[in-house]
Amino acid sequence: MPAFTPPPLPSDDKRWKIVNGTMRKNGFARYALIETLHTVQSSFGYLDDAAITFVAKSLRVPLSQAYGVVTFYHYFSLKPPGKHTMTICSGTACYIKGTDKLIAAAEQRLGIPHGQTTKDGKISLMTARCVGACGRAPVVLLDGDLCGQMENDAMIEQLERWAVE
Amino acid sequence: MTIEELDQIAESVRAANAKFDYEVNVCMGTGCLSQHSDQLKDALAKEANAQGKNALIRRTGCMGLCAAGPLVLCDPDEILYQHVKADNAQQLVASLGGDPVRKLQCDLREHFDQQVHVVLENSGHIDPERIDDYIARDGYQALLKALIEMTPQEVIHEITEAGLRGRGGGGYPTGLKWSTVAKATGDFKYVICNGDEGDPGAFMDRSVLESDPQRVIEGMAIAAYAVGASKGFVYVRAEYPLAVARLTACLRDARRRGLLGNNICNTPFSFDVEIRLGAGAFVCGEETALIASIEGKRGQPKPRPPYPAVSGLWGKPTLINNVETFANVPPILRKGGKWFAGIGTEKSKGTKVFAITGKITNTGLVEVPMGMTLRKIIEGIGGGVPDGHAFKAVQTGGPSGGCIPAEHLDIPVSYESLIQMGSMMGSGGMIVMDDTSCMVNVARFFIEFCMTESCGKCIPCRAGTAQMFTLLTRICSGSGTMDDLELLVDLCGTIKETSLCGLGMTAPNPVLSTLKYFKNEYIDHIVHKRCPAGVCNIHAPAPEAASPFEVLA
Repeated sequence: MPAFTPPPLPSDDKRWKIVNGTMRKNGFARYALIETLHTVQSSFGYLDDAAITFVAKSLRVPLSQAYGVVTFYHYFSLKPPGKHTMTICSGTACYIKGTDKLIAAAEQRLGIPHGQTTKDGKISLMTARCVGACGRAPVVLLDGDLCGQMENDAMIEQLERWAVE
Repeated sequence: MTIEELDQIAESVRAANAKFDYEVNVCMGTGCLSQHSDQLKDALAKEANAQGKNALIRRTGCMGLCAAGPLVLCDPDEILYQHVKADNAQQLVASLGGDPVRKLQCDLREHFDQQVHVVLENSGHIDPERIDDYIARDGYQALLKALIEMTPQEVIHEITEAGLRGRGGGGYPTGLKWSTVAKATGDFKYVICNGDEGDPGAFMDRSVLESDPQRVIEGMAIAAYAVGASKGFVYVRAEYPLAVARLTACLRDARRRGLLGNNICNTPFSFDVEIRLGAGAFVCGEETALIASIEGKRGQPKPRPPYPAVSGLWGKPTLINNVETFANVPPILRKGGKWFAGIGTEKSKGTKVFAITGKITNTGLVEVPMGMTLRKIIEGIGGGVPDGHAFKAVQTGGPSGGCIPAEHLDIPVSYESLIQMGSMMGSGGMIVMDDTSCMVNVARFFIEFCMTESCGKCIPCRAGTAQMFTLLTRICSGSGTMDDLELLVDLCGTIKETSLCGLGMTAPNPVLSTLKYFKNEYIDHIVHKRCPAGVCNIHAPAPEAASPFEVLA
């Protein structure tokens, strides 16, 4: 059997080299699939068809299986994120302290349901299953930065700031 | 590395620390960091320099009281300050060696004095990313003792004698699990540390991994020696970036010191650990699903037997324990199984870390001996429900657990007593609810969680939770009937008995326990069309959102 040669990088974007690096570190083993998808997501922000195909081919995983993994885990996103992302935690502690109201208010302000990005691509509204900062509930992540004891007005203010940026 | 060398490192750290007149510990766990405790630490260091105080400013892990952060602990006087901002640095440094700053002082004797720290003994006292700090507090003594003085059987015997039980929730005897893996035949075995803390409202594992990662690594190495494994994995949630970063740094340091890798301490024992990131799936906390996830597949559980102890990761015998279980191992070997067995109740030994959150004054992390009553934990250590509200229930065990009402607050906390109450120990989340929480709504929240987190492999869980969600939504919106309630109970039994894995088997618990203790609230919603807590929007027509799930199921 001829030695396996991984497919060429999809483009000369430097980020593909980082992705390739992760796969090489794991010897292009199949079990590195989730690991590699993590690298793609952290480099590109999301996973598109080209990325999934490239990773699947490189690791010799059936495309269906790669797609199955991507859609199984909540952490992976198939859509590009907005310029800013607001992630509202909806874990139990935050829920008891009323994040359902925060989510509803943010949805109303942006005019989109959670899990989506505004049409102008500026703001994504996400929910998280628990970020483990329950001591500071209700928690909102602003572009990944944790803000505790969030109040409705402060959150809307932040959205306004992002919207006019 | 030998025991003498360890002692030398410890001695040199102690000598270096003794040169300072004061030690200022700044909490840099996720909670405090989000309130800029990193800037506070820089400000304190700058101030100490400016004022010519000979103080050691140290970054530490979580001190427990997350709601009062950022926290600063000043030694040698052991004064704890809360809500410290960078602006207070000048004041705080000036007070060293004099009168404490009264307005920032956190005086919670009752909160701290009733706790017993075994797992958290180093949290808040060491720099999590400095391996020498850990060694100075007897770190890695247990591993060396095991490798040099004990046989694997003796290690397992010690753990069995301690009566340690799995801290992930199930409470399976750890010694028994270890001996099963040790007896399994196979040339290659694995040790996995389960840090996939999916239970919303719980953050013990995150805290331990952030505050004292070396302890978990040491525990894993001891376990590997006992069962004959040579490779370990730590499976951590990707949502915990700080824990991952600190763990990565600690693994590198441990390798550098020769405490991981080939021929550890000149013995034939070799062991190394790799980190695997979770990707946001609650079901991956289940051991067979976690193994599938490490293999790079969808995290779907498999029927057991074969148990992972016999055929786990890549078909090899695999030991899976929770973060907190591993964190308990080094002190047990250091101080002996008998010492550990002396703490706790007859069947539940040792201590348990709980994350107390929700409607409670002192939100945060506490470690108490097993057998302490819930009342003592919530009213004593937790400081009770704030703002004059009345306590209604405490939810333990996350989505797999149940709600315990006020009249049962005097039960001692142990694996058995909580199961008897229709709840379970779970990983240790305790969410306190007051009279503004609607129990039906809470049950619906948990079922929604289980519904979205169901992996979809077996029908009872996939379809059953969706149907339960529909029924609960109907009850919450005021259009439920008494028949719905009956159907709900019936469904609970079916799901409990026929699901494949723990997620499905325990998913009905929140509904069953709220039905047991708060049936009147369900009746209020159904018959009187009102929500006693005023949470549910009863007058709204039945939401359409429920329908897609009916179709899906």
